[in-house]
Amino acid sequence: MRVSVIGCTAMLLAAVAACGGRGGTEPGATASGPCQGQQTTGITDKTIKLGGIYPLSGPASAYGDIPKGIKAYFDYINAEKNGIGGRKVEFVVRDDGYQPPKAVEEARRLVEQEQVFALFQTLGTPSTTATWDYTNQRKVPQIFVATGASKWGTDTKHPWTIGWQPNYISEARVYAQYLKKEKPTAKVAVLYQNDDFGKDLFGGFKRAIEGSGITVVGEQSYEVTDPSIDPQMRNLAGSKADVFLNITTPKFGSQALAADAKNTAWNPLHIINNVSSSITVLKPVGFENVQGVVSSTYYKDPRDATWNDDAEMKLYKAKMAQYAPGTDPNVPFFTFGWAVADSFNKTMSAAKCPTREGLRDSMRSLSNVQINMLLPGVTMTTAADDGFPIESMQLMKFKGEGWELFGNVIDTRKEFGPLTG
Amino acid sequence: MSEAAEARASGSRWRVAANRRWIIMALLLALTCYAPFQLVPFRVFQFTMVLIYAVALLGLNLLVGHTGQISLGHGAYFAVGAYTAAILLHSWHVPYPATLPAAAVAAFALGLAFGVPAVRLRGLYLALVTLAIAIFLVPLLKRFESVTGGSMGLTLAKPVPPAWTGLAEDQWLYFLTLAVAVVAFLVTRSVLRSRVGRALHAIRDNEAAAEVMGVRLSFYKTLSFAWSAMLAGIAGCLYTWVIGYVSPDSFVVTLSITLLAGLVVGGLGSYWGPLLGGLFVMFVPSISQSVNDAAPGVVFGLLIIAVMYVAPTGLAGLAGRAAYSIKKTLRKE
Amino acid sequence: MAGFLQQVVEGLGAGAIYAGLALALVLIYQFTGIVNFAQGELAMFSTYLAWQLTAAGLPFWLALVVTLVVSFAGGMLIERVIIRPVEGAPELTVVIVTVGLFIFVNAAAGWIWSFTIKDFPNPFPEGAFRAGGVSVGYSTLGILGVVAVVMGLLYLLFQHTKIGLGMRAVASSPQSARLVGIRVGWTLALGWGLAATVGAVSGVLVAPLLFLDPNLMGGVLIYAFAAATLGGFDSPLGAVVGGLVVGVAETLAGAYVGFIGSDLKIGVPLVIILGVLLLRPQGLFGRAVVERV
Repeated sequence: MRVSVIGCTAMLLAAVAACGGRGGTEPGATASGPCQGQQTTGITDKTIKLGGIYPLSGPASAYGDIPKGIKAYFDYINAEKNGIGGRKVEFVVRDDGYQPPKAVEEARRLVEQEQVFALFQTLGTPSTTATWDYTNQRKVPQIFVATGASKWGTDTKHPWTIGWQPNYISEARVYAQYLKKEKPTAKVAVLYQNDDFGKDLFGGFKRAIEGSGITVVGEQSYEVTDPSIDPQMRNLAGSKADVFLNITTPKFGSQALAADAKNTAWNPLHIINNVSSSITVLKPVGFENVQGVVSSTYYKDPRDATWNDDAEMKLYKAKMAQYAPGTDPNVPFFTFGWAVADSFNKTMSAAKCPTREGLRDSMRSLSNVQINMLLPGVTMTTAADDGFPIESMQLMKFKGEGWELFGNVIDTRKEFGPLTG
Repeated sequence: MSEAAEARASGSRWRVAANRRWIIMALLLALTCYAPFQLVPFRVFQFTMVLIYAVALLGLNLLVGHTGQISLGHGAYFAVGAYTAAILLHSWHVPYPATLPAAAVAAFALGLAFGVPAVRLRGLYLALVTLAIAIFLVPLLKRFESVTGGSMGLTLAKPVPPAWTGLAEDQWLYFLTLAVAVVAFLVTRSVLRSRVGRALHAIRDNEAAAEVMGVRLSFYKTLSFAWSAMLAGIAGCLYTWVIGYVSPDSFVVTLSITLLAGLVVGGLGSYWGPLLGGLFVMFVPSISQSVNDAAPGVVFGLLIIAVMYVAPTGLAGLAGRAAYSIKKTLRKE
Repeated sequence: MAGFLQQVVEGLGAGAIYAGLALALVLIYQFTGIVNFAQGELAMFSTYLAWQLTAAGLPFWLALVVTLVVSFAGGMLIERVIIRPVEGAPELTVVIVTVGLFIFVNAAAGWIWSFTIKDFPNPFPEGAFRAGGVSVGYSTLGILGVVAVVMGLLYLLFQHTKIGLGMRAVASSPQSARLVGIRVGWTLALGWGLAATVGAVSGVLVAPLLFLDPNLMGGVLIYAFAAATLGGFDSPLGAVVGGLVVGVAETLAGAYVGFIGSDLKIGVPLVIILGVLLLRPQGLFGRAVVERV
């Protein structure tokens, strides 16, 4: 036994010595001309290859609808618009099951084996956190990640990673702003998911109401492993709050809405966060039970009759039917995918160089870029030190069988100043 | 073990067989050392993860395969090892090599602490308790936010390869993991071949008989628990080095169940089972993903059941049987 | 005081949910000595069947009856096909097979019905019954009632029918049962069928409250285990009492013990399982098992 251990060690050392290092990573393709030396891996004059990582399996796989919307959009521009500036888009989707180690593996697969030009969306804060050191080391753009954590925008060490949707803190500010105006002495009860998402949004809300007459009189957290949030709701009802802030993910969002509807003795103003404002959350509770619930959004709701004659919405519905047959275009995840894919198209088209560096610079210098699927008045703006493309939202109220927008678009940058870490 | 005993019976054959075995082992090792210089970093990373799972499965195998005690909560020890390393790196800025023994000790202590009451539990009750522990650990990690980083988790710098090696980061991590895995395999192997191993097997095969024969049940079971937890903890520590990020939601109960599934398919109670299990855990989800998004779960579930019927010794057993029959046919000719 | 009573009532409501699944667990254990880790997933699958039937336009009660019949047949089928080959194998093997079944059924449900939540019709009226500042939802009362009825029916079946007698004989000694002419194999399958049916009932009861998705029973399972452990794995009455106790203990601990709070109350079933197993392994209502060698 001892001999073998020594033997093995010797072998190992010999092997290491014999081969030496790989001599660093082999340099990828680079551009010439005005963009000389910049990376052109995954992009040619005719094609551009993108990779996305989503939970397609497991409990979080409802989000797996997003890439379907993205694919429909890319199929459409490839077939009818000659791609992005003449380049056909190839979009490779991988599944991480919402597990960080799996996300790292898939990010490496996409970058090293599939040789993608950029990671276009990684979903979820844990998965994105686990991968962003890698993408920034490799200098691969990780663009428009599908999570609202505020760190994508406030961090300065990861210039290659950028968010897209309004971050959770901005969203919390919108609700705070609304309450300050409508109910300046509101007593708020909060139910939040005990993870990064819940804490970010709740923390942002607490900071936004500082110095106002609004107070948090009850707070309860839940774990995703809890069978039911009824006990938490019972405790919150005991707080006699007149506003209920519902910071939950879809299944628990439905449970909380139902619990609120069931309790006829407690009738607070119910605010539900954007993540759970999907129609798939409200419908199971029964439309009659969710009348008057308030939420906020930033892109057009396909069910909202306001957009029936909207050119972009018509295009979206027609192209979804054509390129993603059999899907229900009313699912907001598809719309989300469409909007973010369009945002990528605009950002890539605006890049000065068709290189990774060019995309990075472009995504960090967006100025009032209009995306037709976003609400009128909501645009994308970024700067070298501002990594939040969308920071405006509009409030909406549930009426009849759908959401109805009200009030003006709230630009949280204007109302609260820039967001800092 | 029986192979070895059989081989010992005749002198000359033994030497040939032993030599051949060592030659195969040396070749395998040479191949594993050579591979990272030929593969893209992404593949190297995948094999690093295989080795990490293999170390965790080695621990689980000790408990489940060799002692016959079931654990549905080994992900908890894995998480404890990972978090011990992460906290030491993050809060105390301990040099990373020092986190390995620390993680091992922490997991060992925890395994010991649970091993003492667990000794009184049998079969399915033990399964229940370990399952409950795995579920409970996640909110517990979130609670002590100042230490564990709460639900946000902790992000850490990865070990930097020393300049003299000339290795890239992924290669360095691979060799670190490989070295730990080889040592873990060799040590476990020699433990199992000793008196302790025989005692564990006696417990697995018939507890009452083992007790009558003078095997101290509680001592050996607790020991097996602690050892097994320690190996899982070591794997967790390697995980922290390689991934550079820990969060409570990375260690949900699915991890524990995946580990058990990997071990069962790899081969309960076999030496190579953990390694094959690691390969299974790593590659089967990616492959079956191309069939359907929900397919990994379906494949996992079906394979576990099928393996229990047709090959209770898992892939390792199948490979052994195949090798044996090939040998037999060759000899006949 | 009213607040405290209200918490107790909430706990009973949660407990009734745990009790339903615990009953199914206990049923299988009684006959086969197996703890079925997939019990919750089977219940979830049955619930999806019921949902599919109502979505196809069947009236709720008809859909329920069809679901129960199909679940019964499905449970028997699983016993004959999946469990049979490992009957008499070490506990470890059986536990692993049921864990495999757990993974398979969960993923299959996700494959068939996706992970988007579904609304499930509530058989009980909305609203709540009020008395002295305490309100009890009709759903809660309904679930408690159904669980009690199921428990009663099981009692009658075991104690007053020939089938039940056969089942008890098999449970106490399969060999002797076989010698007196009982078809042991079929009796075991019957046990699985019954458990699947009871599981389906519990799934249909909780789905309107928790909303239907493939992880419907994931959170409930550990509480049901705690309930069964507390009550004793071989006692239907124990399962129900255990479920209620676990529900109340968990709710009160979450509400009144500051350190536990709502985030750590998942620790309550762990403590109960550990405590019971160390202090009184047979549970409150179970029979102590004497080990024979």
